[in-house]
Order: sequence, then structure tokens, then C-alpha cells
Amino acid sequence: ESDPLITELQDWTSFGGDPITARPYGLPIRFEADVIRRNVPWLTADPVSSINFTPIHALEGTITPQGCAFERHHSGAIELAKENYRLMINGLVDQPLVFSYADLERFPRENHVYFCECAANTGMEWAGAQLNGAQFTHGMLHNMEYTGIPMRTLLQEAGLGAAGDLADKWIYVEGADASSNGRSIPMEKALDDVLVAFKANGEALRKEHGYPVRLVVPGWEGNMWVKWLRRIEVTDGPVESREETSKYTDVLEDGTARKWTWVMDAKSVITSPSPQQPITHGHGPVVITGLAWSGHGKITRVDVSKDGGMTWETARLDRGSDPKALARFYLDTEWNGEPWLLQSRAMDETGYVQPTKAALREVRGENSVYHNNCIQTWAIAADGSAENVELS
Amino acid sequence: EPLGLGRAATPEEIAAWDVNVMPDGTGLPPGEGDVWTGDEVFAEYCASCHGDFAEGRDAWPKLAGGFGSLDKVDPVKTVGSFWPYVSTVWDYVNRSMPFGGAGNLTPDEVYAITAYILYSNDLVDEDFVLSPETWDQVEMPNVDGFIIDDRAEAEYAVWRAEPCMTDCRDAPATINRRASDVGVTPADDGTMVESPMEALLAKYGGTEWGAERVSGSVYMDGRPDEMAAMPEAAETEAVQEANAEPTAPAAAEPEPEAETGPDPVVVAAGEKVFKRCSACHAVGDGARNKSGPQLNGIIGRPVAALEDFRYSKVFTTLGEEGQVWDMDSLTEFLANPRAWAKGTKMSFAGLKSEYDIHAVIVYLEAASD
Repeated sequence: ESDPLITELQDWTSFGGDPITARPYGLPIRFEADVIRRNVPWLTADPVSSINFTPIHALEGTITPQGCAFERHHSGAIELAKENYRLMINGLVDQPLVFSYADLERFPRENHVYFCECAANTGMEWAGAQLNGAQFTHGMLHNMEYTGIPMRTLLQEAGLGAAGDLADKWIYVEGADASSNGRSIPMEKALDDVLVAFKANGEALRKEHGYPVRLVVPGWEGNMWVKWLRRIEVTDGPVESREETSKYTDVLEDGTARKWTWVMDAKSVITSPSPQQPITHGHGPVVITGLAWSGHGKITRVDVSKDGGMTWETARLDRGSDPKALARFYLDTEWNGEPWLLQSRAMDETGYVQPTKAALREVRGENSVYHNNCIQTWAIAADGSAENVELS
Repeated sequence: EPLGLGRAATPEEIAAWDVNVMPDGTGLPPGEGDVWTGDEVFAEYCASCHGDFAEGRDAWPKLAGGFGSLDKVDPVKTVGSFWPYVSTVWDYVNRSMPFGGAGNLTPDEVYAITAYILYSNDLVDEDFVLSPETWDQVEMPNVDGFIIDDRAEAEYAVWRAEPCMTDCRDAPATINRRASDVGVTPADDGTMVESPMEALLAKYGGTEWGAERVSGSVYMDGRPDEMAAMPEAAETEAVQEANAEPTAPAAAEPEPEAETGPDPVVVAAGEKVFKRCSACHAVGDGARNKSGPQLNGIIGRPVAALEDFRYSKVFTTLGEEGQVWDMDSLTEFLANPRAWAKGTKMSFAGLKSEYDIHAVIVYLEAASD
């Protein structure tokens, strides 16, 4: 049977399309309009201080488009113009300084790709399988190419002589929004790879990601990536702000809490097939794909299991892995209607192997909220649908 | 080598921004606050979300109680049961509270609120006065409840091992929990995203994108009917003109709209103004009380009419006196909430522009379910 889409002349083949003036700044074509951030209303008291999720189930490659990269605000996304932007460096520095946005553009700058993951990503899954979709279970995650100035360059501009021995010094960073979300970062990290960034994926940061300037703290929890960065203070100790005591600490089974759990450990998730991305094409060849990342460095290997962890096969890491950035893996395989319990397991260059949820619970109990990097399971049914499940 | 970029920060600038307080109290400004003053200030600024006794309301944080719960299922992490330092409370209240009106509390008010929160947790007596001098007298019960990240020893050391590839489980895996049994995932075609195009418009439409993009971009492909009345570029200019002119005709004579339906330009302007209210108030289909009451049908509604909302005393009294929300009372209230309703918990300074006030009222009427 011949396909009329081929044999008959179609409108789009005959008539002109949109003029080049139609979209001074383009959006995805309307057929892709379901590839959007989504939120879970019951998670928080108010959408001004809340989080939404990247549609990782519907994206490919590793770079997250800014327009659908997850947002987390503590007092809403503010509008701060470049001409009203000021960055102060003070505290234990030789000369406290104020920079304008234009000043920042005159420093030597660098480009790096890094993932940003909220410490609470997958946090709703501690107690059991809860949210049905990779977007909701793992979507507090994005990965962008940042353009920015190394923090060390700015600190050296202000001069660290006044700080003396740097080994026990910290920086305190805060934003210009109403929450001012301050975090303390040890000097060693500040001088290592922290970036003061003003571009992402080649263009200005979006308002919701901290326009015009945000902090990038590679491999460390997203809360530290202060948006609308307005001040850097060199201190002789941690400030112990609300976001490093009341929040972003991890309560263990005996009631004590871990603090300063900054690094995001190795983690992975299969993005397709997954609950929002079921198998709809029938039996035969199928591509299993997903993302893997580690705050400790490069991803070296990802294994996939189809039987809930009884047997594993090693997936193909596409283009290898940049340190502290998302890696894309594929398992090009075949499905003939058999039920699958799909899992992925990441390894990083330190030899760390992504743990099961049972292993995490054994160490931490069930009251932890943040840093859930357990192996995720999707159950694939005979009709190709997928569901978030927990295994015994 | 420094590049000589930037300029020296002035002492006044550093004082304005460098307000963080260290656990030992370094950075505290002079001042003091007692528990009873704190009770009053807390009732005014904080209780609408955190409850009169800091017990928390709705999904807003509980600030008191929870003692002995940290090693139980779902620990209650309050200032008393969990927070290790008073400085964290002082600093957070000072810079980030009240939600939707941060940065306006005086040091004395912050000391008083902090003292009241401590009192609510039985950590200080009712005659306690918090100040830099009494700072060291407060003992936080959970100060020693934290350990520094020990994952390197407790986890990495164990999990850095060659992973198993075959026969890795004692028994075949079985499913014991399903997300679909919980049923809390927002549906793709449910309440979260009724139509993808509508979601896109909500994300990118109107106010954020500006006139040239509104007229040129996403709407071309399939413009929903309800957007047909949205202002094109020329009408948007009219909004800007109206904004610039506080005594725009629409502001002076709202009556004709009742016959012809509200002016979509005014409604759109009012919707933009309402963004400033939406942290605490909802209006429209399914609107529920947040930290402020839902506003459906507010025009013509008696003051303090919702039975399921705890109003400030001033509103209850006004309601009992027969006061009704109409164009005049809302206009006066929105211009200066605290003057019109002395004692309101609404932490909003008021709208300066008469046009904004008019527009937001028109919007509230149009958006009412």
C-alpha cells in the first residue's frame, strides 16, 4: 500500500513556510510542546518557594536546553538588570571590591560543562516508589556549558594576603533575591573549580537560573550554586546559615545528622523507556538510554540490568564523559514483550559503584531526604508501559 | 597579578550587605528584644504561616516542638529540636522574613521574634531578653547532633568494589511497591498541563516576552481562542500609556465595563500586578486559601467571610460591623493596607499607582471563578 504522504503533494511541499521575521527568538515547534518543566504541587507550601523538574525523559544527548532546565527558588525568580547588578567581595581580603557586570566581562574567562543536581533529587523516593516518571524522580538535574570567571581569579583580584593561612578559611556566598540563600564553601574548593558564571549554553543565563550572574560549584549540591550572586565574603569559619543547618543536612537513623555533605555521588537513571516514555513501537530492536553523572569526576562505566539486578550488561558510553558532567549511555538491544525490571548502575573514576536503595537505607535509615543516589527500577509490562517500582 | 578591575567597596556598602551572623554572635547589630514583644511581632508578621505558637500552618514550616523525634519515622525538625545555632534563626529572620516582605524588620524586632521562637520551644523563660549580651545564655539542645560528612568511611570505602555481573541476587526480584498505587504523580494530561500550548503560553506569553515576541512567535502556530483578546503591540502601548497616566479614564469610570465586559487591556495589566500578590493569594478556578485567603468573588464579599480562613482580628471586627469589599474599600485598602486595616497580618506595603489598584481589582473580578 502506497503512503499518501509520499504519493500526494503536501501543503508544506507546495506553499511557503514562515518568513525569517516570524521568530526573532525561536521556541520549539508546537509538536514538541509537551517537552516542558513540570512541578508537583503537593511538594511545597507555595510555588514561589518551590521546584520544578527537567523533562529528562524527553531529552537526548547531554546538554539541557535552558528553557526546560529545572528551577528551584526560595523566594521566586527575580528580575535583575545587568546595569543594576553589583558583586561585592569583602571579609578577609586585602581590598574589599565592588564589580559591575561590565567589569566581570573584562576578566579572563573559561568554558566548562557541568551538571547541577539538587540535593533533594530523588528525595521523594526514600520511603518507597512514589512518583511515576524520570522527570519527577530524577529531574532536579541539568547540564550546561557555562562561561564564567574562576572564583580564584576574583579572590586574587581582591587579594588573599589578609586571610593568612588559607587552609581553614571559607568563602560565604549569597544571592540578591529575598531569600539571599547564603552558603559557606571551604577555600580549597573555592580556589579549585568554582566559577562565577554569566552565560550558559552560549547565551545569557535565564532569569530563573540567576540572570545575570550565578555561581557554579562543580559536582556539589545545587543549593550551593547561588543565583543572582551578589556577595562573596572571605571568612574564618562557616556561617552555618539556614541552608546548611536546618536544610541540606542528612538525618541518620539514630537522629544525628550529617552536615557538609556537599558532593553529589555517582548516579544514573534510564530515561527511555520510562513511565513517561513507554515502548510504543512493538517487538524487535529497542534503544535503552539514560544519563549518568558523578560529583567526584568522570563516569567510567554504566551497567544495565533487565531482571532487577540479577544479571548486568555493560552499556555503551556515548562520547565518553566529561568530569562532573552528564554522560549519555545506550544499550542497543531487543525486546519481545517479556517483562523487564530495568535498572542502571553507574561507576565513576574513583571506583565508586552506585548503590541500591537497600544499601543506602542500611547506612542512613529512611529519614534522610537529600542525596538519594540509589539504583532506580522501571517495570516494563508486556504492553510496553513502564512503571516506577521498588523491589524486594 | 591583579588587573585593577572594580572599585573599592565603601564602608557603608559593606555594612549594608554584610549582615550575616556567625554562631558565636559575631556580626550582630546592637539591639534587644523580649519574649512578650516577640509574641506581638510574631503574631503580626509570622503567625499567618507559622501559626500563633510557631507550630506551623498548612505546609509551612513548624518552628517549635518535635523534641525526641529525630530518630523516629518522619522527624520533626524545628528550631528547638534540630537547629544547632541561634545565629541561624536570627540571620534567617533578619534577611529573609517575612516571606514576601524580607529585609524590613528592625534589629529589635528580629531579636524579639527570635526570643519568642526560643520561648515557644521552652528554651528560654518568659522574661528572657535576647541581645548580644545574653547571646551565650541560650543553649540549643541539638548543637552536638551533627557530624561532618563521613560518607568516605561509611559508604565509599564499602561501595568501591568490582560490581557483580551475574547471579547477583539470592532470589529473583519481585515488586513490592508501585508508584501507581500511591497515585501522587501529576498526570500529563491532567490538572498540571491541560493543554501543552497553554502551558507554553503561560511560560512564555505576554508579560515576560514583550510585545514584539507576543505578536510574532508562538501564537502563529495555533492561537487559543482566549488569547484572541490579548493586546497586540499597539494595545500594549496603550497599557504602557495608561500606566504612565495614573488618572487614566478607565480608572475613573469603571462602570461601563459591567455592561461590555472588562477591558482585556486592563485585565492583562491587573494580572501582572497580581503576580505580586500571588505568593499569598489565589484566585480563579480551584483557588484555595494560602497564607492569605482565596479571592474568588471578592468584589461584593463581606469582609472576613470565609469560614475556613483565620483572619486577623481587625478583619473579623470589620466583618461583624457589616463592612463589604467593594471598589471603594478595596481601593483604599490596597493603597495602604496597614492604615485601612490596622493590625492586618498581610505583610504588603500597598500599591502606589491608582491604575495598578484599579487594574488588579478588575482582574480579580474577571478571574473569579
